[in-house]
Amino acid sequence: MKARTVRGMAGATAAAVIVTGVAACSNPGGGAAAGAGAADSAVVGIATEPESLSPLLGYGKDGNSKIFDGLLARDADMKLKPALARALPEVSADGLTYTYALRPGVRFSDGQPFGSKDVVFTYKAILDAKTNNASKSELDAIADVTARGDDSVVFTLKYPYAPFAERTVLPIAPEHLAGGQDVNSGEFTTKPVGTGPYVLTAWSKGEKLSFKANPTYWGGEPAVKKFTMAVIKDDDVRATRLRSGELDGAVLPPNLAKGFAADKALKTYAAKTYDYRQVTLPTEHPVTGDTAVRQALDIAVDRDTMVDKLLEGAGKAAYGPVPTGSPWFTAGTERPYDLASAKKILDDAGWIPGADGIRAKDGIRAAFPLWYPSGDKLRQDHALAFASDAKKAGIQVTTESGSWEVIEPRMKTDAVLAGGGSPADPDFDQYLTLNSALAGDGFNNMARYDNPAVDKALLDGRRSADPAVRKAAYDTVQRELVKNPGYVYLTHIDHLYVVADKWDGPTTQTEPHDHGLGTGPWWNLESWKPEQK
Amino acid sequence: MARMAGRRTLFAGPVLLVVTFGVFAVAALSPFDPVKAYAGTAGLTASQAELDQLRVNLGVDQPLLARWWEWLTSALTGDLGTSAVMRQPVSDVIAERLGWSALLAVCAFAFAVLVGTGLGVLAARRPGGRLDRAVSGLAYTLEAAPAFWLGLLAVWFFSVRLGVLPSGGLTDAGSDVVTAGQVARHLVLPALVLGISQLPWFFLYVRQGVADALEEDPVRGARARGLGERRVLLGHGLRSGMLPMLTLIGSRVPELITGALLVETVFSWPGIAAATVQAATSVDFPLLAALTVLATAAVLAGNLLSDLLYGLADPRVGFDG
Repeated sequence: MKARTVRGMAGATAAAVIVTGVAACSNPGGGAAAGAGAADSAVVGIATEPESLSPLLGYGKDGNSKIFDGLLARDADMKLKPALARALPEVSADGLTYTYALRPGVRFSDGQPFGSKDVVFTYKAILDAKTNNASKSELDAIADVTARGDDSVVFTLKYPYAPFAERTVLPIAPEHLAGGQDVNSGEFTTKPVGTGPYVLTAWSKGEKLSFKANPTYWGGEPAVKKFTMAVIKDDDVRATRLRSGELDGAVLPPNLAKGFAADKALKTYAAKTYDYRQVTLPTEHPVTGDTAVRQALDIAVDRDTMVDKLLEGAGKAAYGPVPTGSPWFTAGTERPYDLASAKKILDDAGWIPGADGIRAKDGIRAAFPLWYPSGDKLRQDHALAFASDAKKAGIQVTTESGSWEVIEPRMKTDAVLAGGGSPADPDFDQYLTLNSALAGDGFNNMARYDNPAVDKALLDGRRSADPAVRKAAYDTVQRELVKNPGYVYLTHIDHLYVVADKWDGPTTQTEPHDHGLGTGPWWNLESWKPEQK
Repeated sequence: MARMAGRRTLFAGPVLLVVTFGVFAVAALSPFDPVKAYAGTAGLTASQAELDQLRVNLGVDQPLLARWWEWLTSALTGDLGTSAVMRQPVSDVIAERLGWSALLAVCAFAFAVLVGTGLGVLAARRPGGRLDRAVSGLAYTLEAAPAFWLGLLAVWFFSVRLGVLPSGGLTDAGSDVVTAGQVARHLVLPALVLGISQLPWFFLYVRQGVADALEEDPVRGARARGLGERRVLLGHGLRSGMLPMLTLIGSRVPELITGALLVETVFSWPGIAAATVQAATSVDFPLLAALTVLATAAVLAGNLLSDLLYGLADPRVGFDG
């Protein structure tokens, strides 16, 4: 009770300070310098709230969960490093067995020891058909997972799968808590307990998630003692609360982030990503299925202008699923905007412009619809820009919007403005979007892309453990996509974060398409230190 | 009076039954797919077999009637089912949020009724006077202003410009204990915005009702007999001028619920309204049905309340039956 009174008075004082601060300084933007609190606590604004905090239902599957640890984790350069495992896994020569030695002495935040049974439990629970985890196909390669003693776990795979270790950043749940309840709706989904650097102290749904530093964390107690993620769906409201000093950081769209550029107390982080926007070119449509049309569209789009105008410079032109800055990118596959060549390709292929400027061949008009999910401003902008560029080459693209339920039945023949991207390994994204065996399976390979050379390269890429063989395989995929594009890749989008400049440590990782809780400058919150000034 | 309340309550049963079936039917007809909503972005990389399995697990492969019957029978035994979108029991979702929404709505409603009535009486005293013109003009403007916009405006002024009130959340973002003081401070802006968005209706009705009543013969007679202005205004004018407003109280309840939705979004208020939208767009049958029952019950109770008040305020009306 007494502590509360003191806190209340501190709050009142802080409010008074802010009032005087703002009154003294006629420019209201300057008020943001007040900050949300002490340097050992951080409050950030996020746009989407997780449905569940249970790893068994998919929370934290890409690593960086604050509450949990995976067997492995990723460093700033996205390289794998040991976490709950003592070292990187031992892989058998045939690539079918992965053995992890576990870190000794690790405890869950409730004091119970962590062991191999928890790892086995977590993976088996996710793979269970009754568990409603929509990401379980990511673990499709697993044939079995067994404990070898209390300090070692062995995964047996159905087929050699080179990037398998990348999947084991998945958080480990405690069997003694999560094991005895309904996986899909039990208490563990909202009151999780893990081995991670932070402990969830409260989750006020629709408002915020509160964490405190885990004093017994095996990696050492974090310096930032309190961490809060405030759930603020509306972009403008998030920017306003950042400006009013209630937040220390927030994810913002480019146009709002720009408003903070001049504020010295805040720093803008642009996270490089694999997050692309692409147009699917359905193989079964008479116009988009024609290789000449595909090639022409691929060079008729002005990617650099899209980056400048639609993304306000926060992004990069995309020539394939792999961004140009990545080590997996195939040099020489960049394609400049070249409207003249695009027209020539179409002319040579027999697509002749009609009276209205739209081309036709054998009585088929060079026209097709392009769908984008309604409400997604960025995709709408991309769709309109694509349609306008296509028109210049004599191809008529009609943009239409609808919910995914409306779009899905049309994906076979109509183009879609899609998005995707996964930085951890080229296999994760490319195998699903380009493999002919997965054509039209759920949302995989929406364009029904069918190219035997690509199929073979994708298999080589996932089976071989040799980095040189893998690099060559994904080079082949990118070169094939130039010859026969199944998709027109438009841009890779930077994710922007504005954060108070009072810590040493914030950086960004290369981020995936998904805006999960683990992305953002706070991916390594546990190693932030209050800035010495 | 008790008979009216009793009969209405009996009548509410079948109404609620029909409404819940309606929710299931409309949700089943809607183009939204619960499996896709459940899977979210993960659904974009899931295989078809996995999505089919999810459909079975969530029970949405069952026919409409079977699903409704199952929900209804278990709801009657007290089990409201599991919310797919929140990944927790529906009763937990409601228990966590309903109180905060009710607090917000009650404060806003009390503000709107009290301030609206007060200003209405003052304005009716001198129709066309300076106060009347100013407040009426403002009331028409506010009637047209969306609550969402008012909310952003309030945040900009009170939080960003003046820095005197917090702009969102239930408690300070950095705090994880819920104290009465913090909630009170955080309640001011959302309750004010929601209250102000409702206020014009009460003001305009009271103003008109009281002004009309002041024109009537009994009032003139009372004035002629030399009764004090205060007595005339409150005893005669307000009493008959209140009648239309009492009906309004019941009919404003649905508006209050939709208004609360927008206000809760702007202020990150952890109430039930935001959950309702999520339940609807994700076709989360159990949660949606439970919330619809609640909203219907609120509307029915609102109507009953205004009829009861009406009967009490004007004995000539009486209670139906």
